[in-house]
Amino acid sequence: MARITWKIENEDDVTLDVREGLTLMEAATDHDIPHIWGECGGCLSCATCHVFVDEKWFPLLDRIDDSEDTMLDMTDVERARTSRLSCQIKVTPELDGLVLHVPVPD
Amino acid sequence: MSDRIVVVGAGQAAASLASRHIATGAGHPMVLIGEEPVAPYQRPPLSKAYLLGKLDRERLNIRQPSWFEESGITTMFGSRVESIVPERKQVVLSGGETVPYGTLVLCTGSTAKRLPDSLGGTLEGVHTLRTLADADALSPILRQQERILIIGGGYIGLEVAAAARMLGMEVVILEVAERILQRVASPVTSDFFRDLHTRHGVQIREATRLARLVGSDNRVCAAELETGERIETGLVLVGIGNDPSTALAEQAGIACENGVCVDASCRTSDPAVLAAGDCTSFIRNGRRIRLESVQNASDQGDLVARVMAGENTEYSALPWFWSEQYDCTLQIAGLNQGHDRVCIRPGQKEYSQSVWYYAGGTLLAVDAMNDVKSYAFGRRLIEMGISPAPEQVADPGIDLKALVKAHL
Repeated sequence: MARITWKIENEDDVTLDVREGLTLMEAATDHDIPHIWGECGGCLSCATCHVFVDEKWFPLLDRIDDSEDTMLDMTDVERARTSRLSCQIKVTPELDGLVLHVPVPD
Repeated sequence: MSDRIVVVGAGQAAASLASRHIATGAGHPMVLIGEEPVAPYQRPPLSKAYLLGKLDRERLNIRQPSWFEESGITTMFGSRVESIVPERKQVVLSGGETVPYGTLVLCTGSTAKRLPDSLGGTLEGVHTLRTLADADALSPILRQQERILIIGGGYIGLEVAAAARMLGMEVVILEVAERILQRVASPVTSDFFRDLHTRHGVQIREATRLARLVGSDNRVCAAELETGERIETGLVLVGIGNDPSTALAEQAGIACENGVCVDASCRTSDPAVLAAGDCTSFIRNGRRIRLESVQNASDQGDLVARVMAGENTEYSALPWFWSEQYDCTLQIAGLNQGHDRVCIRPGQKEYSQSVWYYAGGTLLAVDAMNDVKSYAFGRRLIEMGISPAPEQVADPGIDLKALVKAHL
């Protein structure tokens, strides 16, 4: 288990204990976290699970591969330095305490 | 109640519509009526991970089933709408109950085509795959039977073929056209998938017509081909396409042509009725089209909620699709209809390539096999209205990102 927090502008934070092995997209869609859809199920076709990883956590994640990097250019809210597609991040015990910021489209 | 929104159909389009409706805060009461007895769920995994038992039922839910009522939406799952009475602005349920509407949204989806009774289409052991109930009926049998005969080499047929092979079944695909995926893709893409399946041990029989399915005690036991050949099988999957579910609209006098006709704001010919998803047909680039995809259902559902909230908006999204077979991911951006040229871009690893479709020099669409970069950059180029020369695209030494950046 790892405790993960999603911060959403103008809404309450959501904190969940997430099972190891799930992706952050799966954890988010299982709990209806707003603005995270995961329409393509995680096959890198839709870019609807975009998150901004908290600055201090970002360097601790595995690096972004080429495919994800490419799809990050397709997000609804424009990517930033700590952008990730949350379908590409599997939960491990090391992520306990991770904080994500959910981009809110206009 | 004149401001009530009644949504008929509870699939991807309806879920997207409901989500956007709540998000707009427009506040009109909404009633969601679905014939299937469950809350909206994702259909794509039904022919992939879910069929293989690799995805839990709960994970199919688009939203938590309790979300709808918690958000103030009245849900009637497992209710069938028998008719629409436009003069009285009400729908009639199968039990005779009426539900009045101010605005009606048709999200009735599409229905898997079946083989006619005369060809053995109603024998036991003959399946189609579109709904959760279909998948739940098919899944256990895939583990019991030794062989499956698949009628139709389209996406559903190929995805089920992959699942069945992964479960160790013998798989035969019959395709009446000259090649699999003929209706939707170039010969190059067909060749790629023929090779993929052949390598995995699937028998693909193209340009082969079924004469009829043969039953014994009302259960399918064999297929007879037009050549006279007979294939013994206790399980058949029919994957020959879908029909838009337009019966309610037609009966209500709403204009239909290969789907419920909608304008760019998803309005039908009846001012009080909108429609979204697989059931609609609309004009794109001067041609009436109908799309069966998550992208279209989701984007149109979203658009309908915005239109009902008073936004002045039109549908302009670029279509995209995906399919997964074995360890191969196919991603498609755009629509290739009307193309007069294709070029092939080799991928960076084995079994990776993309097919780029052009019409008169304009880039229309990209099929990317195990090549997310070509999909993503292809999609961006098409969205930006940029058509790189086919010679550039075909040269793997040319960086697609640079082509995009050059136009930013």
